[in-house]
Amino acid sequence: MISILDYGAGNTNSVIRMIERAGGQAQRISTIDEILAAQKLIIPGVGAFDYGMTQLSTKGLIDTLNIVAFEKPIPILGICLGMQLMCCSSEEGTVPGLSWIAANVSRFTTTQINDLRIPHMGWNTLKIVKENPLLPLEDTEKRFYFVHSYKVNCDNPNDPIAITHYGEDFVAAFQHNNLIGVQFHPEKSHRFGMDLIRRFVEFNLA
Amino acid sequence: MLKHRVIPALLLRDGGLVKTRQFKNAKYVGDPINAIRIFNDKEVDELMVLDIVASKRGQEPDYEAIELFAGECFMPLCYGGGVRTLEQAAKIFDLGVEKISLQSSALTDVELVSAIAKRFGSQSVVVSVDVKYNWLKRPHLYQSSNGRLLKKNWIAFAQEAVAAGAGEILINAVDRDGEMCGYDIGLIKQAANAVSVPVIALGGARNLQDFKHAVDAGASAVAAGAMFVFHGPHRAVLITYPPYAELEKHLDIKHD
Repeated sequence: MISILDYGAGNTNSVIRMIERAGGQAQRISTIDEILAAQKLIIPGVGAFDYGMTQLSTKGLIDTLNIVAFEKPIPILGICLGMQLMCCSSEEGTVPGLSWIAANVSRFTTTQINDLRIPHMGWNTLKIVKENPLLPLEDTEKRFYFVHSYKVNCDNPNDPIAITHYGEDFVAAFQHNNLIGVQFHPEKSHRFGMDLIRRFVEFNLA
Repeated sequence: MLKHRVIPALLLRDGGLVKTRQFKNAKYVGDPINAIRIFNDKEVDELMVLDIVASKRGQEPDYEAIELFAGECFMPLCYGGGVRTLEQAAKIFDLGVEKISLQSSALTDVELVSAIAKRFGSQSVVVSVDVKYNWLKRPHLYQSSNGRLLKKNWIAFAQEAVAAGAGEILINAVDRDGEMCGYDIGLIKQAANAVSVPVIALGGARNLQDFKHAVDAGASAVAAGAMFVFHGPHRAVLITYPPYAELEKHLDIKHD
């Protein structure tokens, strides 16, 4: 059973539908007790960084999230804003992130030079740079749906697992132990996303 | 490298799928769920579903239908039609829709664009700029809910919408709707130069070459209706979408 955190800043329904289609079971959760009981967690997210963090803190969820991330620990997948919230800070806002991953979030900088539009919106491919449980190294032809104006920069060179190019290379996915983040939307990426979600359904910590 | 999106634009009227010509003469083309399933199976980049009578009649969006549509879409879904308030938008996003397209309400209340963008992010708001030529062949902003040409400059409106928080601008060439005579390249160029957000071209597409022309003119995405629902000179209903390899071949990218 995968628990999808509903904190008022993400499209939980689409994620639940994709998990069910991938053969898994999913439930929408929102309380401290439900987070503590979760075996696997997905933090979805759409919208602004500060809004997302403020939602987590006003609902009093941050301490509990820290517990399941580090003390239990359970597999956690952050999607889009959910991935960015796992980082320390973002240029988009002033509120600190969850600081689970040594990374910060910044705006695309080279897009003006290359006449690229912000947000980076549409389908793009990945370069898988490290063995990981969700994206097989040999899968180079897969495409995923992205929509974001800010990108993750990892401090630890071992954390990025996939890189995408939009004017510049950026981290499309990272993993640090049980914590995984993807910038794209697997729940909206057809069979490519379904495959990733199925792997997350099957993923267990060694 | 980012792929340019190719988006089927489906029109709804009274629960059925229809296709218009120049925003008129809606012809019934089938059941929307069936069409959406086919487009999902064909792995389309994105889907746009526009209710063409909700605003005109002052109706609420058909939430039940929208939820069914969202349940069939494992790609991004954009809904438009009859959205006038932030509450309605919130309800639609909660059903599993990624984007809302505003036209009538953006014309009368650009604050709604801001409100949705602030709460759900700019990427969730598309503003449709419907452009129709007058008898002097000058492009005018068109309000489809009452069939009027407006005085307001269409480019200025697109820029206002972006300033208010619209994440994409849909340029809909009314005179080319359903005519399959090619996109209005001039409009696309002007729009792409005037705004910094992605521009979606709609109205007139008949083949892959047209997509390429629109992309070269600055469109980030191309949308089409008739091309994906009609087949042959007699406009027989047939839901189609080009194979991905074909799209890649025709839409090779200028920049990376």
